[in-house]
Amino acid sequence: MTVNTRTGPGTLKVVRGGWPSLAGGGVLAAIVVFLAAAPWFVFSPGDVTNLVTLFALIILGTAWNLMAGYGGLVSIGQQAFIGAGGYGVIKLADVVGLPIPLAVVAAGAVCALLALPTSFLLFRLVGGYFAIGTWVVAEVFKLVTQELPGFGGGSGLSLTAFQGVDRVTRIATVYYLALALAVLVVLATYVLMRSRIGLGLTAIRDDKVAAASLGVAVRRSQRIVYVAASGGAGLAGALIAVNGLRVSPDSMFSVQYTAFMIFIVVIGGLGTIEGPILGAVIFFALQQLLDSYGTWYLVALGAVAIAVVLLAPRGLWGLAARGRYEIFPVGHTVRPPT
Amino acid sequence: MDWINAVLQGLLLGGQYALLACGLSLIFGVMRIVNLAHGVLAVASAYLALWLVQQTGMPSFLTLLVVIPVLAAVGYAIQRGLFNPALRHGELSPLLVSFGLAVIGANLLQEVFTADSRKISIGTLSTSSVELGGLRLGVFSLLTLVVAVGVIVGLQLYLSHTRIGRAMRATKDDPEAATLMGIDERHMYALATAIAVGTVALAGVFLGMSTQFSPTYGDLVLIFAFEAVIIGGLGSLWGTLLGGLVLGVAQTVGAQVDPAYGVLAGHLVFLVVLLFRPQGLLPKAVAA
Repeated sequence: MTVNTRTGPGTLKVVRGGWPSLAGGGVLAAIVVFLAAAPWFVFSPGDVTNLVTLFALIILGTAWNLMAGYGGLVSIGQQAFIGAGGYGVIKLADVVGLPIPLAVVAAGAVCALLALPTSFLLFRLVGGYFAIGTWVVAEVFKLVTQELPGFGGGSGLSLTAFQGVDRVTRIATVYYLALALAVLVVLATYVLMRSRIGLGLTAIRDDKVAAASLGVAVRRSQRIVYVAASGGAGLAGALIAVNGLRVSPDSMFSVQYTAFMIFIVVIGGLGTIEGPILGAVIFFALQQLLDSYGTWYLVALGAVAIAVVLLAPRGLWGLAARGRYEIFPVGHTVRPPT
Repeated sequence: MDWINAVLQGLLLGGQYALLACGLSLIFGVMRIVNLAHGVLAVASAYLALWLVQQTGMPSFLTLLVVIPVLAAVGYAIQRGLFNPALRHGELSPLLVSFGLAVIGANLLQEVFTADSRKISIGTLSTSSVELGGLRLGVFSLLTLVVAVGVIVGLQLYLSHTRIGRAMRATKDDPEAATLMGIDERHMYALATAIAVGTVALAGVFLGMSTQFSPTYGDLVLIFAFEAVIIGGLGSLWGTLLGGLVLGVAQTVGAQVDPAYGVLAGHLVFLVVLLFRPQGLLPKAVAA
């Protein structure tokens, strides 16, 4: 997209994207096509199930980044919605009887709805206190879920809607659903960030006070991203539940998910669309490689995250692209006259 | 009688929460940093005390003479080495760094001490009690409450009457002006964190003496300490004491209704305070 700011000789051009971004987008599109075709001739069913985890991580990272990276809302309690999404999809599929894909999407919508009243409570806190407040809310969600009749108490629920469906069909359904949702969530974030709201969010990311003084509705924008990001967390939770076939309060409402999201976004690059995708891939690869080292692996991840925050605050994507290259062109660049 | 007993036990439990919370309150009051590693530091202190008792056979209370200085030094180092550099990148970075520390700490503890629950033995003190109008009050719980009040009074006196305390408050109010007056901002911050983590160490060892703890127990410690700080009011140490007591009473009264509702009742009181009195019960009553 090109916008002429002046006419005549020596015109300055403001551009957004260009062929390098198109090329990057093309590579990503090719990867998606490959992933869509691959299950049947490259990967074993176990790999396919693992890849669903990767797609859920991409959704989680993208959603958390939308909230923390652009909205300036650091939540350490999104497991509230991961859990709500997980329990929600099982109830929607087994009790209401929705088909699985619809149940997953509906679970995400339910989480976004739950996030709206929650935001009015939590937005009374700022900064770090907002962060721990979200965690308290997640604990309340967990404790209430444990006490609610019909939610299986401390041991949780199993998904029964897939009973009678053969294993290959089941795995394929979940795989394509997760791939489609991951692509949709990233694209929706991209569209949102190119909109007027996104421009405001970018301004909030750079300087909240300055953004407010220029007329950006900071509170309203933050509420929009909080609700959207919670819906995203709910989708991811629903995918994790239909992939694992069961949920329990301790696993679904675990603060460990927050650790994962923070690593993914911080290591990849806070406040960029590409960062969380890169971060999720790196995190997933490390998880597969270092799984056998148990807790040492989390110790190492913590250390890497601290090092990245202090030494490369823009993350690995920021290091690689140096703010000049975007696959998802959100910013504008001024080009000298040609 | 059961209800009066529940309230009294809640006040005693609240002493423990207040003791755990004052370090969080102090770090936030001076530097606006929310230290997510707070709970892990408390649990690590308990493990250090336990390890000392097991290795050297020293009396449990004597370990405080080692644990508090060691943790204070750790606090100083964390502030100088990690939080101060992180503060330069904005308010988000210290939060993320402290979260990284919490994850590292909890998993290291798990690796070294396993996930088993432990407790620091204090002999007959853990079971001895005094009778008050037909109610039994644990001696150790009373001691914890007294120590909590003592720590908060001590911190208040220190902040208001000593040279360093004044310098700390000056740095909090206006770091640049304080620097112009010859105060080393980074050193002040590190001292504040050292004192705060010192109180966390004291609180952690007391926690380890009163209850079973495991490497992940720090999560609960952080949440309870945070609730005490918010219920009481940000930036007020007396508020933190009051917040701890309110939280303790909420939990024991909730548990009196149904044992499963104790922790949940505490969370709900926190949310209600947030809804109707977001500035807390005693906001900035006393400068901290």
